[in-house]
Amino acid sequence: MESVADLVAAEDVLLFVNAAVAATGQDEFHTGRGRQEWSVDFLHEYMLVNYRDLYAAALALGINDRNKAAIVLRLLRTGADASPAQRAVEGRLIRRALRDLPTSRVYRLFTALQKAKVNNRRTRAVMREWLSARPDLGFEAVKYRGAFKRAAVHAHLDLDGLPGDAGAEVASFLFAPMTSGRYRTPLFEAWRRAHFERSAVFELPYTVAEGFAVKHGIPRHVLLEQIAPLLTRNERLRLQRSGGAAVELDAAALGRMPLTRLAAYVLAIPEPERGERREELTRALRAAARRTAGDRAGTWGTVAAVLDDSYSSSGSGEKRRRPLVVALAAHYLLEALAREYRPLWLSGNEDALLAKPRGVTALGDRILDALETPPEQLIVVSDGWDNAPAGLASEVLRVWTTRLDPARRTAIAHLNPVFDADGIGVRRLAPSVPTAGIRDAEDLPELVAFARFDDGRAGIDELRAAVDARVERWLAEEEPWAA
Amino acid sequence: MGRLTFAGLETRPGQVWGAVRLVPLVRDAPVEGLRMHPGALPETDLPKDGCWYVPHGLTAEWTRDGSAVPAFGTALRMPTATVDGSRRPKAKPRFADRRTRIRFIPRRGALETYLPLAFQAPAIAWPEWSRLAYTQSMLPEPDRTVSGLLVDGLADALRIFEIHPGQCGVLVYVADALAGVLITPHPEDYRTLHPTLVEDSYGELIWRYAMLHASVQDFEARIDASLVDSLADLRAQAAAVQRDWAEFHDGTLAAGLLDPEYHFTETYAMADFKLVRYRPEFETGRETHVGEAILDARGRAAFLQSFRLSETQIRRARLLQALAANEWHLDDTAAALALTTPAFVALLRNSNLTWMLRRDVLDHNLARHRRR
Repeated sequence: MESVADLVAAEDVLLFVNAAVAATGQDEFHTGRGRQEWSVDFLHEYMLVNYRDLYAAALALGINDRNKAAIVLRLLRTGADASPAQRAVEGRLIRRALRDLPTSRVYRLFTALQKAKVNNRRTRAVMREWLSARPDLGFEAVKYRGAFKRAAVHAHLDLDGLPGDAGAEVASFLFAPMTSGRYRTPLFEAWRRAHFERSAVFELPYTVAEGFAVKHGIPRHVLLEQIAPLLTRNERLRLQRSGGAAVELDAAALGRMPLTRLAAYVLAIPEPERGERREELTRALRAAARRTAGDRAGTWGTVAAVLDDSYSSSGSGEKRRRPLVVALAAHYLLEALAREYRPLWLSGNEDALLAKPRGVTALGDRILDALETPPEQLIVVSDGWDNAPAGLASEVLRVWTTRLDPARRTAIAHLNPVFDADGIGVRRLAPSVPTAGIRDAEDLPELVAFARFDDGRAGIDELRAAVDARVERWLAEEEPWAA
Repeated sequence: MGRLTFAGLETRPGQVWGAVRLVPLVRDAPVEGLRMHPGALPETDLPKDGCWYVPHGLTAEWTRDGSAVPAFGTALRMPTATVDGSRRPKAKPRFADRRTRIRFIPRRGALETYLPLAFQAPAIAWPEWSRLAYTQSMLPEPDRTVSGLLVDGLADALRIFEIHPGQCGVLVYVADALAGVLITPHPEDYRTLHPTLVEDSYGELIWRYAMLHASVQDFEARIDASLVDSLADLRAQAAAVQRDWAEFHDGTLAAGLLDPEYHFTETYAMADFKLVRYRPEFETGRETHVGEAILDARGRAAFLQSFRLSETQIRRARLLQALAANEWHLDDTAAALALTTPAFVALLRNSNLTWMLRRDVLDHNLARHRRR
């Protein structure tokens, strides 16, 4: 039997993890980013002070990149408060987290460290280690020139001692760019020539070339045609709507995109065109879902999903249709995971591909429909603003779990893609039903597995054991020899 | 005399944001043969030169035979005119002169047209009244109203409100005081008019409530678990929750609008529909709504909008109503209200109506009132 304090601690940790998965520091449908920043900062500070080791361990729990960077920043800033043993674990976690983060995110973190004037020995070591382990330093020096320079200065990086061809020239490239004559490194040389030579622009990374293209007055379609081979996968997907034929992807290539990004792309296409390209898009989405499901495909038994396509799933100007995107991606992923799958959109829409955010959130009625033939697993993907009427879903779930299914033959999980700034966390449907924040639909299986700690009965010891196990696994991936 | 009803409309669960509660009304099928549009004038009517201000108003458009109204601006032959006096045809319109579109004055100015309904200008030239009372057709100082943009939280509540399928109306509550109602004949009309609710005017009372109250309690569904033995029971209980809410809303929350008896003034007839303005008996201390509605042949509201009067406005309207009922005789009116004449004049002064009295009559009565 756990004490109340244990239960509260477990609740705090889960609250933080859920929030750190869902909160991205952007406007949501209901509240703006200002309020969100305030409540997320509060959660970070609260966790750091009260549960420092679990706070660091959250890096291993699939939270989103923004919050990973925020955790690293806070851990590095307050290193003095940690014991040597804690610092050792934190060091490994930070190293592993930086390796996973997108490069641009890490450079933004370094800039934040510089702005926050965090320049202790550990911070410098972390930055130096990460920077000197980069496979193509010259490329990053060009693509993230400003941030790279700031990081190098802040970490007291020995630029001349860096490995590779670029090592010898990077110092002059950063600090005396146009006065050192020609570079031997091709990319540096291309960058230098791009200042006055049109053809050199097309050898540069896309984001850098965009700036030079404006300077040389290169029309956009010409730039895209020439630079198409150099585009990264995400850049190419982002340009699908505006880029024209030069960057177009076929169905097979679309199927290799990450599922959630692909769903976002599909929902950005106007409805009539979606109908015309139905076959291609459905095939791409199914392929992406099958790839994400991997060997888990078809192992989930009978699954029903209540998917939120109410007006509030239109997100905000910054997060266009994000909740709907997650619901659509979850729809295809669950289809791949389940042996038998039944989707229930709130609007009664039967055609997932033509989903659009409209109408009310009548979750209670839809959950009743889903329980009509009880599935083994019921997944609810919704922002939790049940309003027709408010609280009916909560009551239906409460009565269902207490009166009709006390043995819990149907496992119910609620996944919430929206951070509720006023509630400081993600909105729950019912106390008896576990709720997890979700950012990308790809994490859905892990989140559902982790959500079982969130039914209000798991204590801190059980949770800590699960978190420790996951941290061990995560760190072992980094150092195969240590496993 | 008669009552307003929500016949043909169903009440759905309200949505709460801060102190604002929006309760949707849903129609099974749209009203045929009538549409309301946010009333911009067609571009061609505006002179090309200069800068023009087109007020936010409404256009009602109907068909003679009850068939569906074509989308705004697409009808080939649809004579139009306004009820504005200057453009009213001089002769009595012949049958061939088929007008099927009228414009309403902007809603934020509509209040001034509702209030004078309570009185007709003096018919007998009693000596007590000033010349202005006979020449002014409207109150010289219209009551201050507040734009919806200034009502705290209203804009946000309207932005995040999720419109029901088939929704044709909404009741706006601020701190659970009914601030206004909008009913349209067609769900598409409602969708276009929903954002314009924030441009409406609201009484000073509503503005004050929005400032003082941060939040109202949401109507949370409650199900008695002991009554449920199967999924069918659960479904029945869920339906009962919705019914309970609708009954509670129509019987309690909206009682201030639905319970009183109203005077209906017919202003315009359009095929099967008639445009009416309504007002209740003015009684101080009671919730009072005035507004205009388009009723169909069976008296059901196809279109309705209402404005909640503030206490000051009710008091003033009550005095005007009493004067009109007693043919503007000062002493008779005072007697009808069980007051002495000086006390009645003091009341007129408190309601800012002294401009209607001759100065010497006013001073004399006020002096007597003070001496008492």
